[in-house]
Amino acid sequence: MKFRDEYRDGVTARRFAAAIARVVTRPWTLMEVCGGQTHAIVRFGIDELLPPGLTLVHGPGCPVCVTPVEYIDKAIEIARRPEVILCSFGDMLRVPGTDGDLFTAKSRGADVRIIYSPLDALAIARAAPTREVVFFAVGFETTAPANAMAAYRAKQENFRNFSMLVSHVLVPPAMCSLLEAPGTRVQGFLAAGHVCTVMGFRQYEPIAARFGVPIVVTGFEPLDILQGIFMCVCQLERGRAVVENQYSRSVRRDGNGPAQEIMREVFQVVPRRWRGIGDIVESGLGLAESYGDFDAERRFGTVITDEEMATECISGLVLRGEHKPPDCPAFGTRCTPERPLGVTMVSSEGACAAYYRYRGARIPTVGGR
Amino acid sequence: MQLAHGGGGRAMKQLIDLIIRPAFADPELDRCHDGAALAVDGPVAFTTDSYVVRPIIFPGGDIGSLAVNGTVNDLAMCGARPLYLSVGLILEEGLPIDTLRRVLASMHKAASAAGVRLVTGDTKVVDHGKADRIFVNTAGLGRIVAPTPIGPSSVRAGDAVILSGDIGRHGIAVMAAREGFGFETTIESDCAAVTNPVLALLEEGIAVHCLRDLTRGGLASAAVEIAETAGLAIVLDERAVPVRDDVAAACELLGFDPLHVANEGRFIAFVAPEDADRAVEVLRHHPVSAEALVAGWVEHGPSGRVSCRGALGVMRAIDMLSGEQLPRIC
Repeated sequence: MKFRDEYRDGVTARRFAAAIARVVTRPWTLMEVCGGQTHAIVRFGIDELLPPGLTLVHGPGCPVCVTPVEYIDKAIEIARRPEVILCSFGDMLRVPGTDGDLFTAKSRGADVRIIYSPLDALAIARAAPTREVVFFAVGFETTAPANAMAAYRAKQENFRNFSMLVSHVLVPPAMCSLLEAPGTRVQGFLAAGHVCTVMGFRQYEPIAARFGVPIVVTGFEPLDILQGIFMCVCQLERGRAVVENQYSRSVRRDGNGPAQEIMREVFQVVPRRWRGIGDIVESGLGLAESYGDFDAERRFGTVITDEEMATECISGLVLRGEHKPPDCPAFGTRCTPERPLGVTMVSSEGACAAYYRYRGARIPTVGGR
Repeated sequence: MQLAHGGGGRAMKQLIDLIIRPAFADPELDRCHDGAALAVDGPVAFTTDSYVVRPIIFPGGDIGSLAVNGTVNDLAMCGARPLYLSVGLILEEGLPIDTLRRVLASMHKAASAAGVRLVTGDTKVVDHGKADRIFVNTAGLGRIVAPTPIGPSSVRAGDAVILSGDIGRHGIAVMAAREGFGFETTIESDCAAVTNPVLALLEEGIAVHCLRDLTRGGLASAAVEIAETAGLAIVLDERAVPVRDDVAAACELLGFDPLHVANEGRFIAFVAPEDADRAVEVLRHHPVSAEALVAGWVEHGPSGRVSCRGALGVMRAIDMLSGEQLPRIC
């Protein structure tokens, strides 16, 4: 397939791996921010091509994983109302709240629908004027413009039966939070290419300067990731710490202007709790005051629950890059995608799910001729 | 369609006499008796499956062709020549008669193509909202022609895993039709009977140890099921597995692994290694398996493990799909 196969070429990949091995003189730890990158790394075995001592740790960039449990609970509570049609992206439905997930709510009669575009929720609202349609808007900066567009259109077209339950998160504050944590292992970042396609990478320049970490905006195909790693370790070896752009076929320094404009129109920056990580100031997006009429939390009232995590689960440490999934004693035994203890095993983009799916219950020793 | 059409009275008789029996055109049905009286020599294979696809009509097929081909293929996977099918229809009140006619005609066409007869059946009508337009159950009877037992327990270390063609078309075709993605190209289901290539393998004397059609759960689930039952390991070469560009693109967009996507006209055959090349050649003579190839092999262990060599040459584990296949957020 064009525009894919050329970025998955095994010969070029090994050439990159050899180039990385030539420049590396000591151990380094890099974090890829995005769950999509984590999946590509584990699926294609990119980490197995790297020289010993060069470690990839997996970041918090899985929108499903970091959505706080109270928002899952709110979504379930709203979905249970008989007048409500709750619209959500598919992989949110499996995420456990305090008492079950949206799939369970659906099986008990709630009208929960999987949609592929936020505008689908508006179409449903238009077709069902007597129902209340609520869109569960989650994700990073990548999904924020399209979600903002749904609210913008709803306001333009004066929808009365549409609202959004918004739990958006922002990447740069989370990176700062990780770097401020005492004893952080992360020495360089592969920034999330799709987030930067929207936002550009100006925001990352002060982070690189303040913490002295190289940040390479990186794509999602194997060769993108290998090139991003190469650029990052070259900086580390030379003592540099700047922002570089590997994903130049998609990302510009200023990002996508119209996308940012609609985000500014509809959303405002708010404090946000990240599941497994905790509260981070100015790390989320909520609806702006001028869009308050479309805020499902206002329309339906809210419940607040305290986060409870299975004591054995280390998903918070995994999301912060402090541990890898197989470090967990429950991984693949007491914790599997069918019976998950934590969100990183639930979500299709979670690090634990990636290791389980591509390496099996116990890694690595996958033989073959 | 009204409730009376399943009520056992005059309306039901009219439905059967005027719509269903003429559509299937089989003398056994014209006897108008409670069941079919059949003669089969030797050992038989017997199977059943129910079909609940939405939408009931999709590019490349409909619930009728699916219900015939699915059960025909299950018989073929037993090393049997499919002979007779029963058809159980559960119809939702309000279903247009023309839709039913189309599905029945499609069943008849698929049955003729597969060389199988529709010899008995049943019809029920349920209240509006209690079914999704039309549900179909088919059970099938076939005469076993394989000289040796075909099944997971016959698989041996060293066997070649032969794949009959490209994967993922049915799952993506149905999903695109259901969700209205509006892709630039129309992806058609691969829905088809695979009887002829399977019988050809047996007639050519290929040492076929196991056959499995790749339906829901895709190639990955079929391989894992067989590896677990056989207590052996299977290694696949992902680079060899054909996936059409449009299917691959849809999978990339939705975050699906083509190995997990459903098919309805694809199968894998486990054959003795010395027969592998000949088996591929035999399969390639048939349109439904014209792109057959060796996609992997069987190893002694670890028991139940399926792994696959990926694009970069690194091995990864393959597991069954966990729960529903859900599109990712971004």
